[in-house]
Amino acid sequence: MLKISADKLNSLFDAISAKQTLYITVDNEKGSAEYKKYESGMTLSKSLNTVRSAKDFFFPQTENLADFKVEGKNIEVIDVREESEDFVVFGVRACDARSFTILDKVFLSEPVDSYYKNRREHSTIITMACTKPAETCFCTAFGMDPTVPEGDVAVFSDGENYFFLERTEKGKKFIASISDMLEDGDTAKLNEVQEKARNIMKKLPLANLSTKSFGGERLMKHFNSEKWAELSESCLGCGTCTFVCPTCQCYDIRDFNTGHGIKRFRCWDSCMYSDFTKMAHGNSRNSQLERFRQRFMHKLVYFPANNNGEFGCVGCGRCLSKCPVSMNIVKVMKALEDKE
Amino acid sequence: MQEAMIKRAKELLADGTVNRVIGWKKGEFFYDATPAVFRTAEELDRQFIFDDFTQANVSKYLVKESRKDGKILAFLKPCDTYSFNQLVKEHRIIRENVYVVGVPGGPKLDIEKIKAKGITGVLSVKNENYTLKIETLYGTEEMPFYEAISGKCESCKSKKHVAYDELIGEDGEVLESNRFDMVEKLENMTAEERFNFWQNELSKCIRCNACRNVCPACTCENCVFDNPKSGVDNKAPADSFEEKMFHIIRAFHVAGRCTDCGECSRVCPQNIPLHLLNRKFIKDINSLYGEYQAGADTTTKAPLNDYNTDDCEPSIVHERGVE
Ligand code: SF4
Ligand code: SF4
Ligand code: SF4
Ligand code: SF4
Ligand code: SF4
Repeated sequence: MLKISADKLNSLFDAISAKQTLYITVDNEKGSAEYKKYESGMTLSKSLNTVRSAKDFFFPQTENLADFKVEGKNIEVIDVREESEDFVVFGVRACDARSFTILDKVFLSEPVDSYYKNRREHSTIITMACTKPAETCFCTAFGMDPTVPEGDVAVFSDGENYFFLERTEKGKKFIASISDMLEDGDTAKLNEVQEKARNIMKKLPLANLSTKSFGGERLMKHFNSEKWAELSESCLGCGTCTFVCPTCQCYDIRDFNTGHGIKRFRCWDSCMYSDFTKMAHGNSRNSQLERFRQRFMHKLVYFPANNNGEFGCVGCGRCLSKCPVSMNIVKVMKALEDKE
Repeated sequence: MQEAMIKRAKELLADGTVNRVIGWKKGEFFYDATPAVFRTAEELDRQFIFDDFTQANVSKYLVKESRKDGKILAFLKPCDTYSFNQLVKEHRIIRENVYVVGVPGGPKLDIEKIKAKGITGVLSVKNENYTLKIETLYGTEEMPFYEAISGKCESCKSKKHVAYDELIGEDGEVLESNRFDMVEKLENMTAEERFNFWQNELSKCIRCNACRNVCPACTCENCVFDNPKSGVDNKAPADSFEEKMFHIIRAFHVAGRCTDCGECSRVCPQNIPLHLLNRKFIKDINSLYGEYQAGADTTTKAPLNDYNTDDCEPSIVHERGVE
């Protein structure tokens, strides 16, 4: 397989970023990882995953949709869309790569979200195989193999080298564009690393988490479960779980009066919020119980009902580590699953 | 301690003093307890925990819980009792409906600090003579106990319970803490350095609202930032001004009421040191109006809600200068 030795990784980054914008995962001063625009000298993160997910690249927290210029009775609509630049994201984990497939189902089905599509089409996703999953990881429950992630190109590390595997046409072109920096490498050590990682996957505390109790056909059973009261009791309705989640996709559209016109923008919204989907008659979900239920029903029941059984969670574990009261999808699944 | 608490809770349930108990429920791992209400002895036996990782302050839940039927038993750590008192003072908690059992505080441990050391796949933690022995999927790791101490316990202001109906264990003292050290450092920076410090920190904010929603001083039924009718509702910061606006307004709104419980910084997924904003207000209130600790009692008037002829004049802003 084509590879580059670890000490040359930065020169590869330099070469990629000379041609297009490159984002890599880096560790900040507090020891957590984030995506940053690559600048010479930055080093690739050693953490497993970023706190904010990679969905930001396609579905940013805020974005302007259109401007309206108002003069007397005339309203001029100004299209603010611009062709996105080509960009490369390096270091995406399997869970986040799969989240793009889920977001695609929402944003790329008719009517296509042209804002999302624009960025999606201009991106090249380079994923990174996981070798040291955390105790909170459960991507395997959703059928992923984190040792062979999706994306345009998958990258594997054996500690000394980075190996490159094309996964799509786009990925093939990308590898061709950097092929002068790559050389053929022996994968014996890599195979060992992969084997080890697969064994760890089997030993993860959540390795046996099962989705078999969930899916579209379980709608009424779960919707009417008495467990929601207890599960949602401590929820603060903050929305942290939705904002760190790579697959949470809800947004609000608002108009901002600039004084001489209107800026129409969208921003992330959360089903955990009191004004979520507020309509003329008021709110459709008045209690935190209903809001809490919505989030988990969406991932485990409604989404699969509308998408051929595919779940709306990728098991990244972010909501497990970031909820201020440690309530999360795993606790919900364990409480609701069929008891033999 | 956990056993003594369960035992006492069962007694108080059995003799009818209370009909519910608020505490912490066992999680999926050893570090992810969830605040919970227990109704039976059986539930307590099965799920109640109190250990090095039960950091959450449960007093805010009492705003709702104390309005339900019957009395609720609340286990409060010393810092939690300040939040409790402050909420009683603001008529948010109905005191008669809560039976407070004071329990010892920390130092509690923070799993995030263990993970920030690069220790991953954590399965269990044991404290052996102030060295943590950490079992992980990748073998055993060690780290000094004090390096894993929760941020809020690092600068503990008091081991004294300021509100309780009974105590389990000894009561402690108000402590001399180092909590204003970093504030002083910020004060000694140039305006530009300070601006850059906050710009850097607050630009990481994802407006997830964890800090606000966990805060015992933030108990408005409908926050201005959530209320479309307020005209300033704001779900996500659109620019660097809005990034700061939310936090500055919140800090002003809790000024004089923030007890420095530390929950905001604890829950921030981006590790923003929000407590420094609040501590600056506390420090200023202390120096401009005399020593004051929010939540220390339920009767004294808060400096910002009171008027004295020797209060500082607005000109203080000018006197202090902006460089
Ligand atoms: S589940 Fe947790 S993170 Fe999500 S809204 Fe509730 S308290 Fe916040
Ligand atoms: S629900 Fe939780 S575990 Fe699932 S994708 Fe979202 S943040 Fe990750
Ligand atoms: S959830 Fe799976 S893909 Fe995601 S970081 Fe963990 S092991 Fe890797
Ligand atoms: S908890 Fe942190 S990230 Fe969330 S709104 Fe507060 S400061 Fe921002
Ligand atoms: S602002 Fe922070 S420290 Fe102050 S009361 Fe609220 S959560 Fe506690």
